[in-house]
Amino acid sequence: MTIKKDHKINTFMMQLREGARVRIKKKTSNGSVVYEGIVMPTVSRNIVIKLDNGYNVGIRPEHADVELISGAEPLKELVKDKGVKEVEEAGLPVLSILSTGGTIASKVDYRTGAVSPQFSTDDILEAIPELGQIANIRGKVLYSILSENMRAEYWTKLATEVHNELKSGAEGIIVTHGTDTMGYTAAALSFMLQTPAPIVLVGSQRSSDRPSSDAAMNAISAAKVACSDLAEVVVVMHGNTSDKFCLIHRGTKVRKMHTSARYAFQSVNDVPVGKVYYDASNIGNIKVEFLSAYKKKTRDANELELRAELEDKCTSIKYYPGADPAILDFFAEQGYKGIVLEGTGLGHVSTDWLTCVERVVKSGIPVVMTSQCLYGAVCDRVYNTGRDLLRAGIIEGRDMLPETALVKLMWVLGQTTDMDEVRNMMQQNIAGEISGGRTLQ
Amino acid sequence: MTPKTESKEVGLKAGLEIHQQLDTHTKLFCNCPTRLRDKKESNFSFIRYLRASKSEMGEVDAAALEEQKYSQTFLYKGYDSTCLVEYDEEPPGELNGEAIETALEVALLLKMKPLDEVHTMRKIVIDGSNTCGFQRTALVATDGVLQTEEGPVRVDSLCLEEDAAQKLEPEGDAVVYSLDRLGIPLVEVCTAPDIKSAEQASKVAGQLGMILRSTGKVKRGLGTIRQDINISIEKGARVEIKGVQNLRLIRQIVEKEINRQLKLIELKQILNRRGAWVEDRIENLSDIFVNTSSRVLKKADNNVFGVCLHGFTGILGTELQPDRRFGSELADCARKYGVGLMHTDELPAYGITEDEVERMRSAFDAGEHDCVVIVATGRERAEKALNAVLARAEEAMHGVPKETRRALPNGCSAYMRPLPGAARMYPETDVPPVEIETRKLTRIKAQLPETFEDRKARYKEKFNINEELADKISRNHYFTLFERIMKSYAGLSATLVVRTLTDTLAELVQEGVEVDNLGDQHFMILFEQLAANSFGKEAIPAILTLLANKPDTSIEQAIAEIGLGVGIEEVTRAIADIVNSKKDFILENGERSVGPLMGVVMNDLRGKVDGKVINKILVEQVKAVLDEL
Repeated sequence: MTIKKDHKINTFMMQLREGARVRIKKKTSNGSVVYEGIVMPTVSRNIVIKLDNGYNVGIRPEHADVELISGAEPLKELVKDKGVKEVEEAGLPVLSILSTGGTIASKVDYRTGAVSPQFSTDDILEAIPELGQIANIRGKVLYSILSENMRAEYWTKLATEVHNELKSGAEGIIVTHGTDTMGYTAAALSFMLQTPAPIVLVGSQRSSDRPSSDAAMNAISAAKVACSDLAEVVVVMHGNTSDKFCLIHRGTKVRKMHTSARYAFQSVNDVPVGKVYYDASNIGNIKVEFLSAYKKKTRDANELELRAELEDKCTSIKYYPGADPAILDFFAEQGYKGIVLEGTGLGHVSTDWLTCVERVVKSGIPVVMTSQCLYGAVCDRVYNTGRDLLRAGIIEGRDMLPETALVKLMWVLGQTTDMDEVRNMMQQNIAGEISGGRTLQ
Repeated sequence: MTPKTESKEVGLKAGLEIHQQLDTHTKLFCNCPTRLRDKKESNFSFIRYLRASKSEMGEVDAAALEEQKYSQTFLYKGYDSTCLVEYDEEPPGELNGEAIETALEVALLLKMKPLDEVHTMRKIVIDGSNTCGFQRTALVATDGVLQTEEGPVRVDSLCLEEDAAQKLEPEGDAVVYSLDRLGIPLVEVCTAPDIKSAEQASKVAGQLGMILRSTGKVKRGLGTIRQDINISIEKGARVEIKGVQNLRLIRQIVEKEINRQLKLIELKQILNRRGAWVEDRIENLSDIFVNTSSRVLKKADNNVFGVCLHGFTGILGTELQPDRRFGSELADCARKYGVGLMHTDELPAYGITEDEVERMRSAFDAGEHDCVVIVATGRERAEKALNAVLARAEEAMHGVPKETRRALPNGCSAYMRPLPGAARMYPETDVPPVEIETRKLTRIKAQLPETFEDRKARYKEKFNINEELADKISRNHYFTLFERIMKSYAGLSATLVVRTLTDTLAELVQEGVEVDNLGDQHFMILFEQLAANSFGKEAIPAILTLLANKPDTSIEQAIAEIGLGVGIEEVTRAIADIVNSKKDFILENGERSVGPLMGVVMNDLRGKVDGKVINKILVEQVKAVLDEL
């Protein structure tokens, strides 16, 4: 079949089923050429085939003589390894892996040509068999989403699942998560769960379908932490660019500080909880070292408590020079119940905003001030603007990260609607989100 | 028997794969310069591990898997001229447009057909040479052809690839790579297995190299071009020999690989006749060597393990290539796990006694035809190494194994890894496909450098040289130098310059002169002085030899050292001496005496002055003697 006119192309392309084997003859300015291969998915208007030498090539459909050799064979399914343990090994702790998706569990998607989350817990275990040497792993796939698609209601479901797993005997929890919003989820779990055991969030910055992926090292390190005597919500990710150690970050103090690098996760206004020294050749050699005080594991079942209620109608506003304060009124009119401001420096917005702030606070909407500086604490007693803002009723977010402050505000408003209590809770350290003091970094 | 006929008789099929670095401003997927650095300038380093992953079809490639068996630590050295892309800490940028243009230019010169849309792929490589565990590569064009004297050679594919990191000396247990080279654009040109002789292989490599250089957009110098050769003979198997840096080695490599395959086929027949077999039992032989005087075994705390290859006696000692026996092939396999081996074909030796050898044999009930191979190391490593040895011995009973080998400087090769399969390729989703517009192709086509044929016609016309010489120089990589010389120095014979740059150099190579040491500047000054009559053309080989041996010598020094550069007066005097001593001969033979006398004179003065000048002086003097009469 030869394609000559444009309007015919689309109909023809529809018939070119992915996976079909075709031979394409094309005339070029210096002779004709024949390509043979398997039709691949494409987002462009060209025919993309995989040649027998493994290369994908794109061919313009105009003047292409396409001959179907054989119909579509489904792409071979991933061969399931028998390596996944079904029998639990005595003496090893029981860990639950709750999978939410993200790069750590992702692979190539031919429809979009991009990386998307598709791996199940079994796939992760199959790819990282070392996990089976560290613990008896139970797994559950909650979501298969990239973390930018997370929602506050998913945090609630996740916290509930974590609670259930701990209740039914898991000695530690690993949550695999996309890195983009892992900090938010970590903060949410920190507030929602009082835990007697480790709850470890882990992700990867390089997809697990590539040999250099950080997924294995991060997951193995996370498993080690999940078997430790820590009883907090933490994030375990690469410490620096080398595959030498991972850092354990407190769930309320951790922030993704780099778009792509392995060492993206940093503890802000706090030293990391600890370090995991990695050894690729000997899993037994991997050591967990704690760098600061942490809450220890207990056997007291009463320690486990779930308070998952959230008021998700909260927002955060990033101030910039000349920003219009009417945005506050807009959110108030839209029925928002709480606002976090990301102010400048010690915690400022323009004096033009004072009237608006005061009005919104008076209407019963708490306004929490954080800083765009990220490092250091908010202090509104130093400059006049700050003092005016305090008079207008803002709540100082101390040294909380703006994202943590937002999640906390949602959670606090889920627990109480009493404004005095909201103010108290926001300024009181509940899950390590407010440091007693900061040191030189 | 000449190698050429030999190649034909064995049914040689060879193909070339040439990797040429491009001289682009930036790397293939980032804005870093394509400049190599002094390794001492590295300002930081980091370590990584790599894991084999499922390819898109859900299969782990054999070559990738084998590499992963050697769980290795990779140490990477970075510079102020490398970025997060090389560190695998940032997604790659878009495919470098400048590199695509050069690749298309080469493709068109090779009469290839460019693709409409170029897709970047990931080729899994987990030896650490790429920080991400794969090499990015894109097929740009297919179906070209190269005309050679022995017939056409099809050019199957041209790919644009990123160069790998450069391997440095290991540090402790870590394999060390320098990241300055990683990401430099390369074109990879692959021919079909249409090459039928070693000589043709060498010529094809030369022609391809010249076409690449004719664009003026490729890097030059050591390490900027690397050749891989695919070789198979009838009843043999496809073997890929990687990393040939010197064009001149290609012929030798092909010849030596033919011999290796022939020998392996012979060994197979012997083994089959003997009913040889491989016993997959690994024995702990440590007890035998408790009191050994072998230093190697002592160093391994007397941890000695062995296997028995039944019917292999004498086989391990059989030479496959100069200084490489079948035992060396087994040793290559063991060396992958960092251990050396010893076998009964070469023992007793190295401090191992006759008695110890006997006990090794009896541990396996080995007869006189059986060979015992041992390694001295801990159990885990020993088992891996010996299993590799057993697998290789097993293959010997089937003839030549398909494999990737590493070229050695002497033209031999050593085992590297199994041949890669097609499964090690999957799409690089971080890099969008690039559509090649017809407009772009038309523009590039209009600006293509001159082809051989056009150049040949131009030379014939402009320099008035014959067909043969014009063909020779237009295909020779010195053609630009030839034009420069002719333009710079008036009065030179084009024929002489061509002969010097082609035949004379070829002869010097035959004589073992290191002509690679000669730079353009050497030839320029040589012809400048020749044009100025500082010496005769007969002296050219001697001068070039001297300059090749001592490249820092000035031309004046060279002339003085060879004893050239006599003045006309001195020449006249020398000729007068000879003429005076042969007066009787001249008187007897008249003008006919010039011929024989010329021989005598040239014996003394060859190269010092142009023969024509000498002849003129001689004729004058002979005439003067006859006139005296």
